[in-house]
Amino acid sequence: MPVDYFYPDYEVERNYDRCIVCRVCERQCANKAHEYLETANKMVCDDAKCVNCHRCVSLCPTRSLKIVKSTHTFKANANWSGKTIKELYHQAESGGVLLSSMGNPEPFPVYFDKLLINASQVTNPSIDPLREPMEIQTSLGPKPKAVERDAKGRIVNNLGPQIQLNLPVMFSAMSYGSISYNAHESLARAAAELGILYNTGEGGLHEDFYKYGPHTIVQVASGRFGVHKDYLESGAAIEIKMGQGAKPGIGGHLPGAKTVGDVSRTRMIPAGSDAISPAPHHDIYSIEDLRQLVYSLKEATEWKKPVIVKIAAVHNVAAIASGIARSGADILSIDGFRGGTGAAPTRIRDNVGIPIELALASVDTRLRDEGIRDDISVVVGGSIRSSADIVKAIALGADCVYIGTAALLALGCHLCRSCHSDLCNWGIATQNPELVKRLNPNIGYKRLVNLLTAWGHEIKEMMGGMGINSIEALRGNRLMLRGVGLSRPELDVLGVKHAGE
Amino acid sequence: MRQEGQVRIPSGCAVVGAISRTGKVFDGERMIQSIAVMHDRSNGLGGGFAAYGIYPDYKNYYAFHLFYQTPAARAECEAFLDKHFDIINLSKIPTRKVASITDEPLIWRYFVMPLPTKLDASQLDDREYVARCVMRINSQIENAFVVSSGKNMGVFKAVGFPEDVGRFYRLDEYEGHCFTAHGRYPTNTPGWWGGAHPFALLDYTVVHNGEISSYDANRRTVEMHGYKCTLQTDTEVITYMIDYLHRRMKLTFPEIAGVIAASFWQTIERRPPEERAALEYLRRAFPSYLITGPFSILVGFENGLLALGDRLKLRSMVAAEKDDMVYFSSEEAAIRAIEPVLDRVWAPKGGEPVLVTLEQGG
Repeated sequence: MPVDYFYPDYEVERNYDRCIVCRVCERQCANKAHEYLETANKMVCDDAKCVNCHRCVSLCPTRSLKIVKSTHTFKANANWSGKTIKELYHQAESGGVLLSSMGNPEPFPVYFDKLLINASQVTNPSIDPLREPMEIQTSLGPKPKAVERDAKGRIVNNLGPQIQLNLPVMFSAMSYGSISYNAHESLARAAAELGILYNTGEGGLHEDFYKYGPHTIVQVASGRFGVHKDYLESGAAIEIKMGQGAKPGIGGHLPGAKTVGDVSRTRMIPAGSDAISPAPHHDIYSIEDLRQLVYSLKEATEWKKPVIVKIAAVHNVAAIASGIARSGADILSIDGFRGGTGAAPTRIRDNVGIPIELALASVDTRLRDEGIRDDISVVVGGSIRSSADIVKAIALGADCVYIGTAALLALGCHLCRSCHSDLCNWGIATQNPELVKRLNPNIGYKRLVNLLTAWGHEIKEMMGGMGINSIEALRGNRLMLRGVGLSRPELDVLGVKHAGE
Repeated sequence: MRQEGQVRIPSGCAVVGAISRTGKVFDGERMIQSIAVMHDRSNGLGGGFAAYGIYPDYKNYYAFHLFYQTPAARAECEAFLDKHFDIINLSKIPTRKVASITDEPLIWRYFVMPLPTKLDASQLDDREYVARCVMRINSQIENAFVVSSGKNMGVFKAVGFPEDVGRFYRLDEYEGHCFTAHGRYPTNTPGWWGGAHPFALLDYTVVHNGEISSYDANRRTVEMHGYKCTLQTDTEVITYMIDYLHRRMKLTFPEIAGVIAASFWQTIERRPPEERAALEYLRRAFPSYLITGPFSILVGFENGLLALGDRLKLRSMVAAEKDDMVYFSSEEAAIRAIEPVLDRVWAPKGGEPVLVTLEQGG
């Protein structure tokens, strides 16, 4: 039907003066946007197939390619955007739920960009991280309520299992299946080298990666994919996934196309089957049920592993967090509505949940009001884009952050948001062996190490500027932040003053 | 213009402390002479003294020093005290006119004991009971401020140069075995005497030189445990942290030093295993009580005095000994002014606590 014809969003512009018809673009494009026209000995392309992933642009030896936004437009309408109209046509044709990947791209406020960081002048010296120690290592886990001593009066170590991190960043849950073997290997090796942790996501742990166990968080999600005793015991911590920022209220989605080979074996499900996790955990219909799962997992692992409970940032997040802090969980992880995903219903991704900055601030405030902030550590993600976001998140009250999208970008992701198609040209979000091998884990892990090494330097510089030489003195130190262009209710929730106040 | 408590005011300072290990008493005039040497380290916007052992006749009672801005605040506060305590004695604190000290509040002193029935009903020990009452007065009774609340000790402070403050309070008429003094250099013009140092809760007093960068992290942590930082000063939050760690968590002062001025991880790693385990525990168990940024503090308590500086040594602190006397000061000259010949003078390292306790508990 003609109504289903869409002029492409992006156009591939080829400079024919430069093109040498080497056909690299054709070989690199899994979406088959480029084609060699033998009769004319020239390259042509179908813009409609282009996802704007820049793979061809990056590999074109003569820089003859660029991708530009199409100027083609619907009649201007402030209510019915072109995107809305096209999505409607799609659904009228297919009768299906719209699927999307990666985090919410809509123009909601990014509060991190409206927060500014303090620095020392005169009354208090800034500290130079090139010349003085600057501590960014941290440990996650509850703090004791009382000090215990032995008969000789010496302090007894009554700290429960803790996670030790060389910097306050971890790689967030991305399942084997949603991302490739090479992507997982890159994350695991980088975590080990950096002295931090990565997270298996809900797809189980490939047998090759058990050796990175001390740097691994193993996830238990509602589908229980790949969960067994050895798996639980292999990691440094266990994360119960109650929710995900990209799709609060529903479970994980792995398209059948990606459930192949080792992925199906690791998940312990048949090859080719869609792995759709249940929306809730069917053994957790309330907070007291969560407590039972937390304790079951602790029992199963002899109380040696901290248990993390991950939730999506939703409206009532502060009260939920308070319940979780009293559930026996050691660490709370909150995922903001900008958090990434390998596949999510578009409407949910773009309309459900709240910004992580507000969720974090309200959770931290609530836990402190109730005097239980030290009973649980708080990790936030969705979305942390830079070292400045980390500094701001910690000053708002986080112990540590999770990065997912940022880590994938370091591996080459260009945020084309087509992960669900299994055609990732960068070898990250695909199980196609030809594509997977494009991501070299020897290079990938190094880029992750580079990224976080750079961020570590930047965090130290910003801390030194504030006269703070240890990350724990930044945590919850909201006086180090000021808001710009924020309303009074926004400032109140964030618990920060406006710039100039 | 907003007054202290509504706005956070950083300040630089001078501190001095003196203690007799044997509990020998000396008068406050010595401290006035000592702190006066460091006149240029303060700017006339705050000075004060903490004195220990000054109320031997009432040593079993909590001595409350109070500031009232209005007679109504006094009436309200006295009603509160009457309801919660046996008031053994009450009086104005004697002062003398000093030209440079103006706008004084009503300054009162009460010797009190918790009412046994109230104390029983609260299910608290008497120190916690007193501490909570102090918090309630400071946060809920407008224009009333508890300056100090310990036994056999008191804090005397005002807006002015410390030597003038000492003369205003007739400190030469008090004898004690331990004094600390403070001259303040705030970067603003507070009109409120409560903001001067020392800051006190129960018998803990703190004088402090510095501006801590961890303030809000520390404040938000202690406020979880019932403390209310009404003045927004570093000294206030440090006092509450010390009260929490010493009285409630029962850490020793050297252990507290390992929390608030924790050694760097790289230093801890080089310690012998047992010490290393203890230091690691303290950092991991109490991370939010770490203080960063410049500070040197003198902490007075029931039977001793602690001197502690930040781990980078960003503020000066000199210690000295002469016979049974131990002195601390921002500058050596302030000690020499009252004790010209010393047995030993040294500069404690950053983060290294110097703890002086009374022999036989005083």
